[in-house]
Amino acid sequence: MQVNILVIGRHTEIMEVILRLINGEPNWQAVGALADDKAIALFNEQLFDIVLIGGGVKDESVATLTNRFKAKNPLIKIIKHYGGGSGLLFNEIQDALS
Amino acid sequence: MQTIIHRANTRGHANHGWLDSNHTFSFAHYYDSTRVHFGMLRVLNDDVVDGGKGFAKHPHDNMEIISIPLSGDLEHKDSMGNTAVIKQNDIQILSAGTGIYHSEYNKNNDKKVNFLQIWVFPKVRDIKPRYDQKTFKPEDRVNKLQVVVSPSEGSEGVWINQDAWFSLGNLKKDFQTEYSFNLKGNGVYVFVLDGEVTIQDRKLTKRDGMGVWDIDSIGIKADADAQVLLMEVPMN
Repeated sequence: MQVNILVIGRHTEIMEVILRLINGEPNWQAVGALADDKAIALFNEQLFDIVLIGGGVKDESVATLTNRFKAKNPLIKIIKHYGGGSGLLFNEIQDALS
Repeated sequence: MQTIIHRANTRGHANHGWLDSNHTFSFAHYYDSTRVHFGMLRVLNDDVVDGGKGFAKHPHDNMEIISIPLSGDLEHKDSMGNTAVIKQNDIQILSAGTGIYHSEYNKNNDKKVNFLQIWVFPKVRDIKPRYDQKTFKPEDRVNKLQVVVSPSEGSEGVWINQDAWFSLGNLKKDFQTEYSFNLKGNGVYVFVLDGEVTIQDRKLTKRDGMGVWDIDSIGIKADADAQVLLMEVPMN
Protein backbone atom coordinates (compact mmCIF):
# COMPACT_ATOMS: atom_id res chain seq x y z
CA MET A 1 0.00 0.00 0.00
CA GLN A 2 1.37 3.38 -0.97
CA VAL A 3 1.76 5.95 1.76
CA ASN A 4 1.37 9.55 0.65
CA ILE A 5 3.12 12.18 2.71
CA LEU A 6 2.95 15.95 2.63
CA VAL A 7 6.09 17.56 4.02
CA ILE A 8 5.90 21.16 5.21
CA GLY A 9 9.06 23.06 6.11
CA ARG A 10 10.86 26.34 5.62
CA HIS A 11 14.40 25.19 4.92
CA THR A 12 14.90 24.51 1.20
CA GLU A 13 17.92 22.23 1.50
CA ILE A 14 16.50 20.19 4.38
CA MET A 15 13.25 19.84 2.43
CA GLU A 16 15.20 18.43 -0.53
CA VAL A 17 16.94 15.90 1.71
CA ILE A 18 13.71 14.79 3.39
CA LEU A 19 11.89 14.38 0.07
CA ARG A 20 14.80 12.42 -1.38
CA LEU A 21 14.92 10.11 1.64
CA ILE A 22 11.18 9.44 1.71
CA ASN A 23 10.87 8.98 -2.03
CA GLY A 24 13.78 6.55 -1.92
CA GLU A 25 11.68 4.17 0.15
CA PRO A 26 9.44 1.65 -1.60
CA ASN A 27 5.75 2.56 -1.31
CA TRP A 28 6.36 5.96 0.24
CA GLN A 29 5.64 9.05 -1.83
CA ALA A 30 6.22 12.59 -0.64
CA VAL A 31 5.71 16.09 -1.92
CA GLY A 32 6.86 19.23 -0.15
CA ALA A 33 5.63 22.73 0.53
CA LEU A 34 7.76 25.59 1.79
CA ALA A 35 4.75 27.89 2.28
CA ASP A 36 1.38 27.41 3.96
CA ASP A 37 -0.60 28.40 0.84
CA LYS A 38 1.18 25.76 -1.21
CA ALA A 39 0.59 23.16 1.52
CA ILE A 40 -3.13 23.91 1.63
CA ALA A 41 -3.38 23.80 -2.17
CA LEU A 42 -1.60 20.44 -2.29
CA PHE A 43 -3.81 19.06 0.48
CA ASN A 44 -6.90 20.10 -1.43
CA GLU A 45 -5.64 18.48 -4.63
CA GLN A 46 -4.24 15.19 -3.37
CA LEU A 47 -4.99 12.49 -0.82
CA PHE A 48 -2.41 12.25 1.97
CA ASP A 49 -1.98 9.78 4.81
CA ILE A 50 0.53 11.78 6.81
CA VAL A 51 1.52 15.42 7.11
CA LEU A 52 5.07 15.89 8.34
CA ILE A 53 5.84 19.31 9.77
CA GLY A 54 9.49 20.23 9.76
CA GLY A 55 11.57 23.03 11.19
CA GLY A 56 10.74 26.70 10.94
CA VAL A 57 6.96 26.33 10.82
CA LYS A 58 5.57 28.62 13.51
CA ASP A 59 2.98 27.45 16.02
CA GLU A 60 0.33 29.71 14.48
CA SER A 61 0.89 28.10 11.09
CA VAL A 62 0.78 24.63 12.62
CA ALA A 63 -2.55 25.46 14.30
CA THR A 64 -4.05 26.93 11.12
CA LEU A 65 -2.86 24.08 8.93
CA THR A 66 -4.03 21.46 11.42
CA ASN A 67 -7.51 22.98 11.50
CA ARG A 68 -7.71 23.13 7.71
CA PHE A 69 -6.43 19.61 7.21
CA LYS A 70 -8.55 18.04 9.96
CA ALA A 71 -11.64 19.74 8.61
CA LYS A 72 -11.06 18.14 5.24
CA ASN A 73 -9.78 14.79 6.53
CA PRO A 74 -10.38 14.09 10.25
CA LEU A 75 -8.21 10.96 10.08
CA ILE A 76 -5.10 12.68 8.75
CA LYS A 77 -2.02 12.07 10.86
CA ILE A 78 -0.06 15.24 11.51
CA ILE A 79 3.36 14.77 13.04
CA LYS A 80 6.32 17.00 13.80
CA HIS A 81 9.67 16.07 12.34
CA TYR A 82 12.79 16.50 14.43
CA GLY A 83 16.39 16.25 13.41
CA GLY A 84 16.17 17.36 9.80
CA GLY A 85 17.57 14.20 8.28
CA SER A 86 17.56 10.45 8.12
CA GLY A 87 18.05 9.74 11.83
CA LEU A 88 14.46 9.96 12.98
CA LEU A 89 12.55 10.33 9.73
CA PHE A 90 11.80 6.66 9.14
CA ASN A 91 10.94 6.13 12.81
CA GLU A 92 8.53 9.06 12.84
CA ILE A 93 6.69 7.75 9.78
CA GLN A 94 6.67 4.18 11.13
CA ASP A 95 5.27 5.49 14.40
CA ALA A 96 2.50 7.36 12.57
CA LEU A 97 1.64 4.32 10.49
CA SER A 98 1.45 2.04 13.51
CA MET B 1 9.80 4.80 41.31
CA GLN B 2 9.73 3.44 37.79
CA THR B 3 12.60 1.83 35.95
CA ILE B 4 13.48 0.40 32.57
CA ILE B 5 16.57 -1.57 31.67
CA HIS B 6 18.06 -1.96 28.20
CA ARG B 7 20.76 -4.60 28.19
CA ALA B 8 23.73 -4.03 25.90
CA ASN B 9 23.01 -7.10 23.80
CA THR B 10 19.41 -6.03 23.12
CA ARG B 11 20.39 -2.80 21.36
CA GLY B 12 19.66 -2.28 17.69
CA HIS B 13 22.68 -2.87 15.50
CA ALA B 14 23.69 -1.57 12.10
CA ASN B 15 26.95 -2.34 10.36
CA HIS B 16 27.53 -0.12 7.34
CA GLY B 17 31.09 -1.30 6.80
CA TRP B 18 32.79 1.96 7.70
CA LEU B 19 30.35 2.50 10.59
CA ASP B 20 29.39 -0.03 13.23
CA SER B 21 26.62 1.35 15.40
CA ASN B 22 24.63 0.11 18.35
CA HIS B 23 21.36 1.92 18.98
CA THR B 24 19.90 1.96 22.49
CA PHE B 25 16.79 3.60 21.02
CA SER B 26 15.11 3.32 17.63
CA PHE B 27 17.16 5.08 14.97
CA ALA B 28 17.28 5.20 11.19
CA HIS B 29 16.00 1.85 9.92
CA TYR B 30 16.06 0.22 13.37
CA TYR B 31 12.57 0.62 14.78
CA ASP B 32 11.18 -0.91 17.97
CA SER B 33 7.99 0.78 19.15
CA THR B 34 8.85 -0.10 22.77
CA ARG B 35 12.25 1.60 22.53
CA VAL B 36 11.74 4.99 20.97
CA HIS B 37 12.90 7.37 23.69
CA PHE B 38 13.42 7.97 27.40
CA GLY B 39 11.65 11.23 28.07
CA MET B 40 13.41 13.89 26.03
CA LEU B 41 16.38 11.58 25.37
CA ARG B 42 15.75 10.31 21.86
CA VAL B 43 18.99 8.84 20.52
CA LEU B 44 21.87 7.03 22.18
CA ASN B 45 24.14 5.61 19.51
CA ASP B 46 27.43 3.88 20.26
CA ASP B 47 29.33 4.46 17.02
CA VAL B 48 32.63 3.01 15.82
CA VAL B 49 33.97 4.63 12.65
CA ASP B 50 36.82 3.26 10.54
CA GLY B 51 40.00 5.25 10.02
CA GLY B 52 39.55 8.24 7.71
CA LYS B 53 35.84 7.56 7.27
CA GLY B 54 32.86 9.44 8.60
CA PHE B 55 29.56 11.17 8.17
CA ALA B 56 29.67 13.39 5.10
CA LYS B 57 28.08 16.84 5.13
CA HIS B 58 24.40 16.50 6.03
CA PRO B 59 21.71 18.71 7.53
CA HIS B 60 19.96 18.80 10.87
CA ASP B 61 17.37 20.97 12.52
CA ASN B 62 15.67 21.10 15.90
CA MET B 63 17.76 18.69 17.86
CA GLU B 64 20.39 18.93 20.59
CA ILE B 65 23.20 16.66 19.42
CA ILE B 66 25.90 15.73 21.91
CA SER B 67 29.01 13.81 20.88
CA ILE B 68 31.25 12.15 23.44
CA PRO B 69 34.44 10.53 22.08
CA LEU B 70 35.43 7.43 24.03
CA SER B 71 38.56 6.66 22.01
CA GLY B 72 40.14 8.20 18.96
CA ASP B 73 39.64 11.65 17.42
CA LEU B 74 36.65 13.08 15.60
CA GLU B 75 36.92 15.99 13.17
CA HIS B 76 33.94 18.32 13.06
CA LYS B 77 33.05 20.90 10.38
CA ASP B 78 29.80 22.83 10.13
CA SER B 79 28.02 25.50 8.12
CA MET B 80 28.57 28.04 10.90
CA GLY B 81 32.28 27.96 10.09
CA ASN B 82 33.37 25.80 13.00
CA THR B 83 36.20 23.33 12.45
CA ALA B 84 37.38 21.34 15.43
CA VAL B 85 38.80 18.02 16.52
CA ILE B 86 37.31 16.44 19.59
CA LYS B 87 38.92 13.63 21.50
CA GLN B 88 38.58 11.69 24.74
CA ASN B 89 37.55 14.01 27.62
CA ASP B 90 35.93 16.48 25.21
CA ILE B 91 32.19 17.02 24.95
CA GLN B 92 30.69 18.55 21.83
CA ILE B 93 27.20 19.97 21.48
CA LEU B 94 25.41 21.08 18.37
CA SER B 95 22.10 22.89 18.82
CA ALA B 96 20.70 22.41 15.33
CA GLY B 97 17.83 24.87 15.80
CA THR B 98 16.65 26.38 12.51
CA GLY B 99 19.08 24.26 10.54
CA ILE B 100 22.77 23.53 10.04
CA TYR B 101 25.01 21.32 7.95
CA HIS B 102 27.85 19.39 9.49
CA SER B 103 30.27 16.55 8.89
CA GLU B 104 31.99 14.31 11.39
CA TYR B 105 35.03 12.29 10.30
CA ASN B 106 37.52 10.06 11.98
CA LYS B 107 40.58 12.32 12.10
CA ASN B 108 42.99 9.40 11.95
CA ASN B 109 43.49 7.00 9.07
CA ASP B 110 45.14 4.30 11.13
CA LYS B 111 42.72 3.77 14.02
CA LYS B 112 39.04 3.68 14.72
CA VAL B 113 37.12 6.32 16.63
CA ASN B 114 34.44 5.27 19.11
CA PHE B 115 32.02 7.93 20.22
CA LEU B 116 28.55 8.31 21.66
CA GLN B 117 26.09 10.25 19.56
CA ILE B 118 23.25 11.47 21.76
CA TRP B 119 20.17 13.39 20.62
CA VAL B 120 17.91 15.26 23.01
CA PHE B 121 14.67 16.93 21.91
CA PRO B 122 15.05 20.72 22.20
CA LYS B 123 13.17 22.69 24.83
CA VAL B 124 12.52 25.44 22.27
CA ARG B 125 12.17 24.75 18.55
CA ASP B 126 13.82 26.89 15.86
CA ILE B 127 16.48 28.59 17.95
CA LYS B 128 19.57 30.08 16.32
CA PRO B 129 22.01 27.20 15.70
CA ARG B 130 25.04 27.04 17.92
CA TYR B 131 28.13 24.90 18.49
CA ASP B 132 30.19 24.39 21.60
CA GLN B 133 32.81 22.03 22.94
CA LYS B 134 34.68 21.76 26.21
CA THR B 135 37.50 19.66 27.59
CA PHE B 136 37.03 18.15 31.02
CA LYS B 137 39.64 16.87 33.43
CA PRO B 138 39.28 13.13 34.00
CA GLU B 139 40.71 13.48 37.51
CA ASP B 140 37.68 15.60 38.43
CA ARG B 141 35.37 12.64 37.98
CA VAL B 142 37.21 10.03 40.03
CA ASN B 143 34.66 8.90 42.60
CA LYS B 144 32.64 11.97 41.67
CA LEU B 145 29.94 12.81 39.20
CA GLN B 146 31.27 15.54 36.92
CA VAL B 147 28.63 17.68 35.19
CA VAL B 148 29.46 17.90 31.48
CA VAL B 149 26.15 19.15 30.04
CA SER B 150 23.76 21.58 31.70
CA PRO B 151 21.06 24.09 30.78
CA SER B 152 22.85 26.99 32.47
CA GLU B 153 24.91 29.02 30.03
CA GLY B 154 28.31 29.89 31.43
CA SER B 155 28.25 27.33 34.19
CA GLU B 156 29.79 23.88 34.36
CA GLY B 157 29.20 21.74 31.33
CA VAL B 158 28.35 22.63 27.77
CA TRP B 159 25.04 24.43 27.44
CA ILE B 160 22.01 22.56 26.16
CA ASN B 161 18.65 23.91 25.00
CA GLN B 162 16.78 21.61 27.37
CA ASP B 163 16.35 21.10 31.13
CA ALA B 164 18.93 18.35 31.00
CA TRP B 165 22.09 17.56 32.92
CA PHE B 166 24.69 15.00 31.89
CA SER B 167 27.35 13.74 34.30
CA LEU B 168 30.33 11.44 33.92
CA GLY B 169 31.81 9.38 36.73
CA ASN B 170 34.87 7.15 37.06
CA LEU B 171 33.96 5.12 40.10
CA LYS B 172 36.37 2.86 41.93
CA LYS B 173 35.26 -0.58 43.08
CA ASP B 174 32.97 -0.43 46.13
CA PHE B 175 32.50 3.35 45.88
CA GLN B 176 28.91 4.37 46.54
CA THR B 177 27.20 7.66 45.87
CA GLU B 178 23.81 9.19 45.37
CA TYR B 179 22.59 11.23 42.44
CA SER B 180 19.91 13.81 43.28
CA PHE B 181 17.82 15.07 40.39
CA ASN B 182 18.23 18.73 39.52
CA LEU B 183 14.60 19.16 38.56
CA LYS B 184 11.48 17.54 39.97
CA GLY B 185 9.76 15.40 37.37
CA ASN B 186 12.97 14.61 35.51
CA GLY B 187 14.22 11.09 35.00
CA VAL B 188 17.77 9.86 34.69
CA TYR B 189 19.17 7.40 32.18
CA VAL B 190 22.35 5.69 33.32
CA PHE B 191 24.63 4.27 30.62
CA VAL B 192 27.51 2.11 31.74
CA LEU B 193 30.57 2.93 29.65
CA ASP B 194 32.66 0.29 31.36
CA GLY B 195 32.72 -1.90 34.46
CA GLU B 196 29.85 -2.95 36.68
CA VAL B 197 27.50 -0.92 38.84
CA THR B 198 24.37 -1.42 40.88
CA ILE B 199 21.64 1.18 40.49
CA GLN B 200 18.67 0.90 42.84
CA ASP B 201 19.53 -2.79 43.47
CA ARG B 202 19.77 -3.61 39.74
CA LYS B 203 23.10 -4.79 38.40
CA LEU B 204 24.37 -3.30 35.17
CA THR B 205 27.41 -4.12 33.10
CA LYS B 206 29.25 -2.54 30.17
CA ARG B 207 26.94 -0.70 27.71
CA ASP B 208 23.79 -1.57 29.67
CA GLY B 209 21.37 1.31 30.14
CA MET B 210 18.80 1.95 32.87
CA GLY B 211 16.20 4.67 33.11
CA VAL B 212 14.78 5.70 36.46
CA TRP B 213 11.98 8.17 37.08
CA ASP B 214 9.24 9.09 39.56
CA ILE B 215 11.87 9.46 42.26
CA ASP B 216 14.10 12.32 43.47
CA SER B 217 17.45 10.54 43.75
CA ILE B 218 19.14 7.24 42.96
CA GLY B 219 21.86 5.22 44.64
CA ILE B 220 24.89 4.13 42.60
CA LYS B 221 27.40 1.51 43.71
CA ALA B 222 30.46 0.41 41.75
CA ASP B 223 30.74 -3.38 41.87
CA ALA B 224 33.98 -3.10 39.90
CA ASP B 225 35.91 -0.10 38.62
CA ALA B 226 33.32 1.57 36.42
CA GLN B 227 32.71 4.52 34.12
CA VAL B 228 29.16 5.81 33.91
CA LEU B 229 27.28 8.48 32.01
CA LEU B 230 24.16 9.87 33.66
CA MET B 231 21.66 11.73 31.48
CA GLU B 232 18.98 13.58 33.43
CA VAL B 233 16.16 14.71 31.15
CA PRO B 234 12.56 15.87 31.43
CA MET B 235 10.14 12.98 31.05
CA ASN B 236 7.49 15.08 29.28
